Amino acid sequence: MQDVVLALLAKEPSHGYELRARLHEALGPLRDALNAGQVYVTLTRLEKAGMVSAEHVGQADRPDRKVYALTAEGQQRVRTWLADVSWGRPTEFHLKLIAAAAARLADPVELVDLQRRELLRRLADAQRAALTEPEDSAAVLLLEGVILRLEADLRWLDACAHHWETK
Amino acid sequence: MTVLRAVRLRKEYGRDAGLVRAVDEVDLEVRPGETVAVVGPSGCGKSTLLHLLGGLERPTGGEVHLDGRRLDRMSETQLSGVRRKSLGFVFQAFHLVDELTARENVELPALLAGVPSRTARRRASALLERVGLADRAGHLPAALSGGQRQRVAVARALIGRPLVVLADEPTGNLDSAATAAVLRLFGSLRAEGQTLVIVTHDSRIAATADRVITMRDGALAGETRLNGGGGGLGALAGLESS
Repeated sequence: MQDVVLALLAKEPSHGYELRARLHEALGPLRDALNAGQVYVTLTRLEKAGMVSAEHVGQADRPDRKVYALTAEGQQRVRTWLADVSWGRPTEFHLKLIAAAAARLADPVELVDLQRRELLRRLADAQRAALTEPEDSAAVLLLEGVILRLEADLRWLDACAHHWETK
Repeated sequence: MTVLRAVRLRKEYGRDAGLVRAVDEVDLEVRPGETVAVVGPSGCGKSTLLHLLGGLERPTGGEVHLDGRRLDRMSETQLSGVRRKSLGFVFQAFHLVDELTARENVELPALLAGVPSRTARRRASALLERVGLADRAGHLPAALSGGQRQRVAVARALIGRPLVVLADEPTGNLDSAATAAVLRLFGSLRAEGQTLVIVTHDSRIAATADRVITMRDGALAGETRLNGGGGGLGALAGLESS
């Protein structure tokens, strides 16, 4: 979540409410996955860690609001996150593509390619391991699960590539 | 050292405003014993590329070298000889002869190439055993499942001891169990050093290759080497994060 919030701030300095709205839009019907206060808690943590700096901006008829901007350290962490191909959850990758495109940090199609190569390597490793095990071993069953998940993720990456190529 | 090589290979259809570059200046080198998978969205030109590499279609421009010979300059007669003797083809739709048994289908290209019938029969039987279908040798294609038919087609592709086997979406018509059997077969062919070029949209088939080439809009868009030794299999099981 910290990485996602940082990447969203890479486009321009912003405040908690707007970041939350952008996350809601990106998640669509899955927005329930986000707790009400999650964005604010994350921003506070990032500020403590020196990844973002906050500035109070006065508003005419409402309390001040805090506008957050990336620090140099925060920018570095965003770059590291974009290049990281360790595969977590599809939701995180989806948000990575949206944030990268919005801030023009990286070409989403290239990020998909990079990720696809990594998953293809893992699929090859898992498959080769499965082929060397006896067909009826319990370990093959476990590998089959790994293989099926990677296969599904790769198909989904194809869909991601198609979506962003036509943008 | 390469067994199959494409240089600035190009294939165009139509003309003027309707001109389509199905294959656009492709350079490719395949080494002996290597398995290369070509992937990409449908319509990216990967099947056309395979047809050009196998001499099934003539390029608009560029060169195709097979074992040092220029396929793009050959006459039709020379080409069909090369296709019979040096190449093996596997297609999505199997293309078996319905009236012939599994063994007769496998024998056919060898007989056409002038191999004595006894030798052809012996080789066909050995190959059917090799693909796990020794007990189906006398069956007609109609009596075989899709996966079995494709394994017969692979045996047929191998009978001429081809330099290169070219496979076009070999699992496109198969369910996942049949795909797994074909997958094992390609995995063992690779291990035995058979040179293979496979066009596929199936990531599991692509993952059997040494190299995966991505095509987009007729051109090569990237290459991934699958040499193993990546992050280790332990990471795939996901125990370290719990």
